[in-house]
Amino acid sequence: MKRLLYILLFILALPLGAVAQEGEDLNMQEFIFGHIADSHEWHITEINGKEISIPLPCIVFDNGVHVFMSNKMEEHGYTLNENGKMVNKVTGKRPFDMSITKNVLGLMIDSLILVVLILLCARWYRKHDVLKETPTGIAALLEPVIMMINDDVIKDAVGPKHEKFAPYLLTVFFFILINNLMGIVPFFPGGANITGNIAVTMVLALFTFLMVNLFGNKHYYKDIFWPDVPLFLKAIPIMPTIEVVGTLTKPLSLMIRLFANMLAGHIMILCAVGVIFLTAKMGPVINGSLSIVAVLFGIFLNCLELLVAFIQAYVFTMLSALFIGMAHKEPVEED
Amino acid sequence: MNLITPDSGLVVWMTIIFAIVFFILAKFGFPVITSMVKKRNDKINDSLAAARLAEEKLASLAQEQQELLEKARVEQAALLKEAAAARDNLIAQAKEQAREEADKIIQNAKLEIAAEREDALKDVRRQVAEISLDVAEKVIRKTLDGGSEQAELVDRLVDEVTRTRLNS
Repeated sequence: MKRLLYILLFILALPLGAVAQEGEDLNMQEFIFGHIADSHEWHITEINGKEISIPLPCIVFDNGVHVFMSNKMEEHGYTLNENGKMVNKVTGKRPFDMSITKNVLGLMIDSLILVVLILLCARWYRKHDVLKETPTGIAALLEPVIMMINDDVIKDAVGPKHEKFAPYLLTVFFFILINNLMGIVPFFPGGANITGNIAVTMVLALFTFLMVNLFGNKHYYKDIFWPDVPLFLKAIPIMPTIEVVGTLTKPLSLMIRLFANMLAGHIMILCAVGVIFLTAKMGPVINGSLSIVAVLFGIFLNCLELLVAFIQAYVFTMLSALFIGMAHKEPVEED
Repeated sequence: MNLITPDSGLVVWMTIIFAIVFFILAKFGFPVITSMVKKRNDKINDSLAAARLAEEKLASLAQEQQELLEKARVEQAALLKEAAAARDNLIAQAKEQAREEADKIIQNAKLEIAAEREDALKDVRRQVAEISLDVAEKVIRKTLDGGSEQAELVDRLVDEVTRTRLNS
């Protein structure tokens, strides 16, 4: 069995090397950033130097709305700059770009999957008498996860008002989880580096920021602007300043954590795979052996990413729940 | 750096998409699931509590039953004892009564016997007297026919009779 696995790995690695040998030198930076960055087309593969990709619609606000497919970009007077962003060919300025990019399409697909999954689960509960039947199918799959997050994370962290915030936190958890998981899938519907994109994590952190601060209680705001510290610390607003900065750094840390973790995971997997192509010029022996190592390492990293996908979604949800809970803490009676 | 500048278009799309997903899931998704599961958990808890209550009740019932049995047994024993006492009492009374009755009957019988004997004696005496009278008559008749010896006998007899009469 073990030997079979090795043989399989070797066979898998050989054609990769062969393919790699044909091409020119691999620009590792371009390779990695091309995969993790957002783009106007969904690149699938390259066969004999011919790019195969799905063109995506571009929507540009630049003296009116322009809508075109990304492969017709040049005809509409736009081009990509060195960062892969769309700019006006004449002025070289960046228009307001509302294009359905790879990440936007990925978000839509993943969101659709998520909504369908959860609604199917909810439908099961509507259609069946929960007191007489045990969950089956999708409900049996999702219920333990939902209840684990609901009971262990949300209930414990948010406190008595958890029912109001549970839908938001559950949505955040499953949204991040599905995007993380789909990010690991290496081909079309997945593979977009969504949660490793700072715009996405920023919006998520912003929602948490709003959830925390819009529904905070009196005590929470008093603690920020007029905390129980000696007067000179709040007359010259030292403590309030620190507290306000603190409320901002909390979502900021959420944003950076998710972004950096997912980005790093993607880069690591890409590096492991890139080794195969980098060593292509070094001859079949080195290339073959390193390919095996790279594939093994890739498998390991993918497993690790599965774990990280869950952990990051869990951590984001837990910290959001904690921040919300802190904004609802009742003042402690002091003696 | 390209990586850490959020793309405005993506921010807008992400906000829209996430808001829609949040709206749909928060309205039709998670509350349904969590409330149903909560309902089921409540039901399970209620059922467990009810089961515990029933168990306790059963235990107390068994206890009660045991007590009742014990009580019944004690009562039964007491009743049996009482019955035995009553029976003994009754028997003793009956015996007493019977003895008294028997005594009375015996007494009566004795009296009757005595009376009968008296009567019989009287009868005998009377008959003896009559017989003696008859005898005497016959004897007298004969002697009146006979001699002096007879006269002597009569005298003697008369004497005897008178003597017994005097004695008695």
